[in-house]
Formats: sequence, C-alpha cells, structure tokens
Amino acid sequence: MAESETVLEHHFRDLQQQREVSELGMWIFLMTEVLLFGVLFTSYTVFRHSYPAGFAAGSRDMETTIGAVNTAVLLISSFFIALSVYGAQTGGRKKLLWGLAIGALLGVVFMILKGVEYYDHYQHREVPGILFDYAKPNAHGVEIFFYLYFVMTGIHAIHLTIGICIVVVILVAAYRGRYSPLYHNPVEIVGLYWHFVDIVWIFLFPLLYLIDLKR
Amino acid sequence: MSSEVIADAKPPEVTVNYLNEKYGLKSWLLTTDHKRIGVLYMISITLMFFIGGFFAVLMRLELLTPQGDLVTAQTYNKLFTMHGVIMVWFFLIPSIPAVLGNFVLPLMIGAQDVAFPKLNLLSWYIYVVGSLFTFYVVVSGGVDTGWTFYTPFSTAGSNTHVIATTCGIFIIGFSTIISGMNFIVTVHKMRAPGLTWFRLPLFVWSLYATSVIMVLATPVLAVTLLLLAVERTFHVGIFDPALGGDPLLFQHFFWFYSHPAVYIMILPGMGVVSELIPTFARRKVFGYNFVAFATFGIAFVGFLVWGHHMFVAGESLYAAMTFSFLSYLVAIPSAIKVFNWTATLYKGSISYDTPMLYALGFIGLFTIGGLTGLFLAALGLDVHVHDTYFVIAHFHYIMVGGMVMAYFGGIHYWWPKISGRMYPEGWAKLAALIVFLGFNLTFFPQFILGYLGMPRRYYAYAPEFQVLNVMSSAGASILGVGYLLPLIYLLWSAKYGKKAEANPWKATGLEWQTSSPPPKENFAVTPIVTEPPYNYPTLENPLKESEQPGKQSLEEVPVG
Amino acid sequence: MSEPVITGRSYLTVLIMLLFFTLLTYEAAFIDLGRWNTPVAIAIAICKASLVILYFMHVRYSSWLTWVVIAGGLFWLGIMLTLTLTDYVTRVPVGGF
Repeated sequence: MAESETVLEHHFRDLQQQREVSELGMWIFLMTEVLLFGVLFTSYTVFRHSYPAGFAAGSRDMETTIGAVNTAVLLISSFFIALSVYGAQTGGRKKLLWGLAIGALLGVVFMILKGVEYYDHYQHREVPGILFDYAKPNAHGVEIFFYLYFVMTGIHAIHLTIGICIVVVILVAAYRGRYSPLYHNPVEIVGLYWHFVDIVWIFLFPLLYLIDLKR
Repeated sequence: MSSEVIADAKPPEVTVNYLNEKYGLKSWLLTTDHKRIGVLYMISITLMFFIGGFFAVLMRLELLTPQGDLVTAQTYNKLFTMHGVIMVWFFLIPSIPAVLGNFVLPLMIGAQDVAFPKLNLLSWYIYVVGSLFTFYVVVSGGVDTGWTFYTPFSTAGSNTHVIATTCGIFIIGFSTIISGMNFIVTVHKMRAPGLTWFRLPLFVWSLYATSVIMVLATPVLAVTLLLLAVERTFHVGIFDPALGGDPLLFQHFFWFYSHPAVYIMILPGMGVVSELIPTFARRKVFGYNFVAFATFGIAFVGFLVWGHHMFVAGESLYAAMTFSFLSYLVAIPSAIKVFNWTATLYKGSISYDTPMLYALGFIGLFTIGGLTGLFLAALGLDVHVHDTYFVIAHFHYIMVGGMVMAYFGGIHYWWPKISGRMYPEGWAKLAALIVFLGFNLTFFPQFILGYLGMPRRYYAYAPEFQVLNVMSSAGASILGVGYLLPLIYLLWSAKYGKKAEANPWKATGLEWQTSSPPPKENFAVTPIVTEPPYNYPTLENPLKESEQPGKQSLEEVPVG
Repeated sequence: MSEPVITGRSYLTVLIMLLFFTLLTYEAAFIDLGRWNTPVAIAIAICKASLVILYFMHVRYSSWLTWVVIAGGLFWLGIMLTLTLTDYVTRVPVGGF
C-alpha cells in the first residue's frame, strides 16, 4: 500500500515491527519517569515520616477544592486523549481531532488553575525560597512540605506543558491527514505519555492535599 | 606476461563501505548510521579521556611531595573533582556502550541499525552539549565539591561552579538514557531470524543488562542534581540540616544512582572480555547460561547495595548491616563470571594477540579490585579504610585495571571491523605491557597507603607516605605512555595499516560475516542464525572445514 | 489489525468510575478514620491509576513484555522506597533529625 511505504522506516521489516518498537520505547521512557518522580515521592515519604505535624499543617493550608477540580480536569483530559486514539484506530477523524484538541485545552485549564493556586500561596507567604513567612510551630516541617509541594507540582507542570505542546504538534499533523488506521503510532505514544502525567497527579492529589483534614 | 588466467583472481575492487559511501562533514554530522555514530563517540570520548587524565597528572605531580606545594588546597579539590566528573560521566559510562556497543550491537544481531537511529544521533549531540558545559567549568575556575557533590557543602558551602557542572551532568544523563532505551528495544525487536536469546553473544547480554541499569538509575541522578541546584539557588531544601533537611538523603539518592552506575561501567567491559576469551582460546564460553544469568544478577543486586557508601556517614546501624550483607551477595555473580572465563581458558588453544592480553589483564586486575571490594563491604574494616587511598585503589583496579583495559581490548579486537585496517601488533603488545606495568605501579602502592591511613582528597600528607606516593606517581607516568601509544599507532593504522579481511581473528559471530569495514546497511542479505554461539570446533564436535569460523561468509554457503 | 480497540463507550465508563473515586477520596479525607486515612487515600489512588493504566493506556490488551516493563519500573521504585526507609525508620534520635 503506497501510504504504508512512505511511513515505514528503512531499517524495519514491516509496520507491525515499527509499531511495537515505538510502543516499547515509550514504555521504557515512562519507567524512567517513574524513577524520576520516585525520588520525589521517596523524599516526601521520608519527611512526612519525620515531620507529621508540619505536613498536616501545610496540607490544611492547601486549596483542596481547586486540587480536586484539577484532578477531575486531568482525568477528563485523559478520557479525550484516549478517545483520540480510538478515533485514529477506526478512522474517526472527528474523534481524533476533537479528542486531541479538548485534551490539550483541559491541560491548559489545569495549568491556569495551578497558576491561581501558586499565586494564592504567594499571597499567603507560603513559597519557600521566595517568600516564606510562617510564624507558627512546625515551621521547618511546613517549609519542607511547601518546598516539596512546589517542586513536585512544578516538575509535574513542566511535564504537562511539554505534553500539551506535543499534543498540539500531533493535532496539526492529524489535521493534515498524516494518520490512518494503518499508521498512527505518534497518537498512541503521546497518549501513553499523557496518561502517565495524569497518573502522577492521581497520587500527588491525596498526598499533598488530603493529609489530616478531618473536621 | 603470462596469458594464463588465474582461476580465483578477482578484479581490483573498490568496495563501498560505511566510511567511504559518502564524504563530507555534513554526512558525518547528520548521519543516522550507528557505525558512524560509534566513531563520532570514539573521537569525543578519547578527547575527554585525555582531559580527565590531564587532571590526574596534575594530582600525581602534587602528590610527589608531602607538602602542598604545587597547587593550593582548593585547586587540588578542583583537580580531583574534575578528574572524577570527567572520567565517570564523560568517559567510563559512555565508553564501551556508546563506542563499541553502537558499532557492534546491530552487527552482532544481524540488524541494519538500532531501533531509533535518529535518537542515536541525538544522544551524541547531547553528549557534546554536556561536554561543552564541562569545558566551560574547566576554563572558568572549576568545581571543588568532589564528583560526589555531597551536601551541604555543594548547596551552601562551595563557591565554585556547582550548578554549571551539575547542568552538564544532567544533560549528559539524557544521552545515557536514550542510548539505554535504544539498546533495550533493539535487542528485543531487531534480532535476525533464528537468533534466540540463548544464541546471542554475551556482549549483547551485557549491553542489555547495562541498558536496563542506565534507564532505571540515571533519572534518579537527574532529579537529585536538580534538587541540589534548586537548593543551592533558593537556599531552601531537603538536604541541609540548617533548613531541617538531611544531608544523608542526598547521599541515598546520589548513590542509588552511582552504585548501579559503576555496574554500567563494568558490565560492558565484562561483555567484551566474554567475547575476547572464546575467540583467543578458540573455545565456547564455559557455562554460557551462567554467565548470562550472572550478568542480570549483577545488574539487579547492584541496585540493592548503595548504602555501603554511607557506612560512616550516619545511616542507621540496621541499614548498614542490610547493605553490608547485600554487598557480599553482589560479589557472587561477578565471581561466577571470573570462574567461567578461567574455565573457558582451560585446555583452550590460546593465542596472545593484543586483545587477549588486555582480557587476561582484566581478569587478574578485576579480581583484585573485586576482592578488595569485599574488604570494604565489611563494616568493621570499612570504618578504618573509608575515605582512604584503599578505596581509591579498589575502584581504580576495577575501573582502570578492569574497565579501561576491556575498552582497549575491545577497540583492538574490533579495530579491523571499524577501520578496515590491522593495527601494528608489535607496538600494540608493547603498549599493553606498558599499561599493565604502569597500572600496577600506580595503584598497588595505594592499597598500602590506604591501609596505613593516608586519607583521600588531601593535597598534603604525612612524610612517611612519600615513598609509596612517589612510586604511584612514577607508575602514572608509565601508564600515560601506555595510553598515548595506542592513540598514535591506531591513528597511523587507520591510513597505513595492513588492510583487514572480513574475519581476521577467525571468530564466530555475525559481525565477522560481513566485510571490514561493513557496508552502510551492514548485511547484503539478512542473516539467518541456526548455530549456538561460540561454535568453535572441539574434539567431540569437530566442524567440517567449511563450517570453521572464518572460513565461511554469507555469500559462500557451501553446496551439499 | 492486531491492535486492541477499546471503544469510546468503554472509555466513558472508565471516566465515570475515575470521577466517582475522586469524589470518594475527597469526601473520605474529611472523615476521621484515625491512622487509616492515608492508606485509604493511597488505595483509592492505586485503583484510579490501575483503571488509567489498564484501559486508557490499554495495558489490559498489551503484550507480556509491556507488563514486564511496567512491573519492573514499579518494582524498582519499591526498592528505592524500601531500602531508603530501612535507614529512616531505624534511626535512633540523638537529639536532632
């Protein structure tokens, strides 16, 4: 098939091998990300073990509702990204394009809400290293909690931003008819990346926002 | 002139191979051919090796006298830091995988290229960018934290270019991750038909295990250095006790990467030795399955021992005991390999070509290095020799006596394949001998110095240590000569060396079934593998003349 | 086409379950479960992550190699957490950290 000739790279036997290669490559990359975030989660565990009161105090100062809404936003964005893969697989152009577009858009919504939160913390002088002023007890623990909050959500946000950019690139390529049921590897592997970023947030939300909130 | 037609005269041929299929800088800098990328890495890594070696020369010059008289204390700190940073990240880690692995792996598995050729080129460019950061640091005053960047000195105490250095290392980490990912996918998905896992050469097993370590450990280093940079910049963080943090957590994360990193360094070397020994003993590897599993065993257990770097740093006693016990375990698979190589040599038909000299040197020196590792794994003994020259001697025996010798052995072994030329054997043997003697003179005295109590990273020392230090520095100068010689004669041979045939060593393995140098697409026809690896003839299984390794090429399959 | 196709409708079902779990974890955080609050939150997070992995990332229908890669990554994370904690949970305070 002429179309498949142009997308098959010279060192591969067939499209099947090419597809398996790109999928395996992305999964290995995602495991490197697991280890990367793993350092942060391990740090979190070590310091929560050492400063339980400080972490609880810090967590109570978080905007729990925004966090929950953001969680839902990312989950819905994952749904749309998954839908775009379904569209690519079945030749459903509308699903492919709208899935990618809405997914990316919801990613932007997440970033906006995050920005609102960050600004909010800045207003409350809760940004270690930039503007931190915590006069109550557990100061060390609270400072470390907020440090980890900013680092973990910051690195997550960087990953999400990169994801949004790549989704837009794929969207443009999809708009130009680059993908078909026979060949849509980039859509699939970008989807895998997006869902991974979502999963990181699934864990960040309870660990950062839901410590010891009982009334 | 006779008019007789000579039966097997061949017309003079101009063979097109990967080196001459296209000329010009652009064809090299934009290549996606794994062989050219291997050569690009070889050039970069050689440069970094000599720069890192230069810092070692300065250190050994300073250590000729007990007083600190050549450089200031802070300069000396910068010297050992730059030596460590460059040698670890810009030489040892990439060396065999990026140079020999890139070149040989697709050939060994009968593939046209690696799984992601463009990413392969990208990994080289990332290496170059990382190196540029290092050059910047070298010319602008260096960094003095030690290659281990312990906090809080690196985050709050040092006033040198810590962040620039960690940036360079952060960047080059991605080169490692990409290479590792590339190799794993290549080995899984690009093997020739019939090439099952247990028919693979052991070098492939080693590269695979190395790649698994690369992808799992390097991200940890990346984010740890990032946290270090953030802490240094914003003066808040988790590694500084003044801020409520724990400096030992940095060490946990740093060594979670850096201990497996030493296995990234040594496993490819072991893989090379596993190729050299069967070729130059003309015997299949004794206990192939054990060597293959031991390779994975080292990779796995290597992740469980990092706390042995922190026995005296403040980790809890129970953690120390756990890590000590696990450190003993990791010696087992390494020992299995040494036993199996030795058993392969037994009753083999041994020839002492240069690659074999390096392989034999590896076995002996790695064994010494490895055994002294066991000394260090013992809690009671480590208390006394931690941070002394004993540790330095231990890891240099493994890294230089082991790894660098394996690298040189591999370079010599595959040189005919890479360049299409033979190196001058006489000079090569001489250089190998000089390296072996120079190495031992440099580093054996350091075991004694450490045992006697001379601390590492000190530019001045007690006068009673001078004799041993002078011996060590003398050895270093000899070692330097040994390293310079190959640079000269290998470059010479690339142009003037005797032209090499496809299989000059008469070895088994798919890489020898194609021409020296290979054509761009490696194989004219995809090979089909039906034989076990290292299928050398034995008394029990004498092969037909036509089946002898080296007698057969793919184009000349005998009829009947 | 050997590729598994999960329909949009299935994805929608998964999404609804995910949103339900999110609501659940949010509400559970405000209830006093003593020292079980955190384990419950983690357990719910694991359920959500599993749904995303199995369905959105179609691991349910992926090759065994994919499963091995994922298991390997998670196992290695486990090594980091466990062995690091062997230090921190067995430390004897000397009046400091």
